[in-house]
Amino acid sequence: MSDRLIYLDHAATTAVKPEVFEAMKPYFTELFGNPSSIYSLGRTAKKAISEAREKVAAALNADAKEIFFTGSGTEADNWAIKGVAYANRKKGKHIITTAIEHHAVLHTCEYLEKEGFEVTYLPVDENGLICTKRLEKAIRPDTILITIMLANNEIGTIQPIEEIGEIARQKGVIFHTDAVQAIGNVKIDVKSMNVDLLSLSAHKFYGPKGVGALYIRKGINITNLMHGGAQERKRRASTENVAGIVGLGKAIEIASNNIEQYNKKLLALSQKAIEEISEKIPYIKFNGHQKLRLPGTVNISFRFIEGESLLLMLDMKGILASSGSACTSGSLDPSHVLLAIGLPHEIAHGSLRISFGEESTEQDVSFLVEQLSLIVERLRGMSPLYEDFVKNEGRNLYV
Amino acid sequence: MYSDKVMDHFANPRNVGEIEGADGVGQVGNAKCGDIMKMYLKIEDGKITDAKFKTFGCGAAVATSSMATELIIGKTVDEAYKITNAAVAEALDGLPPAKMHCSNLAEEAIQAALEDYKLKNGLTDEADVCKKCCKRCEDVHDLIDEDM
Repeated sequence: MSDRLIYLDHAATTAVKPEVFEAMKPYFTELFGNPSSIYSLGRTAKKAISEAREKVAAALNADAKEIFFTGSGTEADNWAIKGVAYANRKKGKHIITTAIEHHAVLHTCEYLEKEGFEVTYLPVDENGLICTKRLEKAIRPDTILITIMLANNEIGTIQPIEEIGEIARQKGVIFHTDAVQAIGNVKIDVKSMNVDLLSLSAHKFYGPKGVGALYIRKGINITNLMHGGAQERKRRASTENVAGIVGLGKAIEIASNNIEQYNKKLLALSQKAIEEISEKIPYIKFNGHQKLRLPGTVNISFRFIEGESLLLMLDMKGILASSGSACTSGSLDPSHVLLAIGLPHEIAHGSLRISFGEESTEQDVSFLVEQLSLIVERLRGMSPLYEDFVKNEGRNLYV
Repeated sequence: MYSDKVMDHFANPRNVGEIEGADGVGQVGNAKCGDIMKMYLKIEDGKITDAKFKTFGCGAAVATSSMATELIIGKTVDEAYKITNAAVAEALDGLPPAKMHCSNLAEEAIQAALEDYKLKNGLTDEADVCKKCCKRCEDVHDLIDEDM
């Protein structure tokens, strides 16, 4: 292990900002009241939640009454999809999503298929974009929900959300977007985007883990997922995670005020990384859309090597990143996103996701590139695939 | 998730490389699964005097390849045949359940290299060779799915 840790996995999670942590602290200790209690300690907690709700609403250009706190982004996705499906099942049983959604959406849709719903999984092009014409064609009279992510967590590609929202609105289909990876990087306006439901999660933008939110446009027909007390205006039972909600509110406020500056910084780091990696390492491919992409996310496939080995070796140098290889996904296939953009299995296995954030520096990029080129060379040196490639290339030279 | 021994063999793999004019060469796995092992053996008087490997794969795949070469150097062909995937995994102080197929790959790579040696020396029929190395990842994967 190196003594210097370079965290390049901000798409996985982020550290809670000190000012966010400070805002949360009192609600663990002296201001511990239950927001449902009528005495002042309870009312203080309730007020803190209301303020956080206002902040989330402001960040999305929504009304505070349309914001509901959840225990995670996954819960928000589950609620949006199952809630709309169950509430509207008499109208129809068809749902449209994409092949590159987060598992929180994909596995929820697969669950609903078992419950008798029909799901269309829209393919994406080599950059990870859906085709809006195809979406229009996929809409049937019995389509009740379109759920398409705003920005992809692995390759960073940003979908044409306004256009999708407009299509959904015109056809009278409810539109949910999983914006978990986009908050803090993409300016959100649920009104101009024609979004009916939107999921978000605090820990992706320097807030705490274990708290998320679902925006539900007024008038949307949706059933509850949690049954119990009257919290969240009887829509989501559970004693509120007051400190977490306060943290989410503070974090989203900071994030939305800093979007432009933050994006500029991230883009500069990504561009430096892309340039230097392209210069130093041959036989690679950058994944995701060149422009319509989260500015801090760089996804690269290195031919002839496997992603987990790459991650372990980077970790030995103190560099923390992630991969879409089967070995790291916990399943046996490489990332469904990389396969959906058309990468062959063997190339998808050798992929690396770097995601820059707040504390990333140019020196981090230089160190990364330096170590990465050594590690890739070392792994290729022991790869039988590379051996075959070199021998064949050599042979071709003599033909 | 990995034992110290796995990490050691991953970080400092023993016997990486190729053997020029090897007496037996075996390659198993496929790129689609994300792991390929290629084993080179030097065999003198029925005894394995050197082994080298090249592996495309995860940490466990590299570590099992490295351990497999250590286990077979100095062994006779017959002894090497008897080395099981469990023995390779055990020598590494165990592997996570999802990674046990890597040790299968190590066992298969040894056997594939030994079959190649036997074939080259007229000790076996060609027909036998595939039996040791034709396990496709789907088969292995099905086994893992059942485990989990």
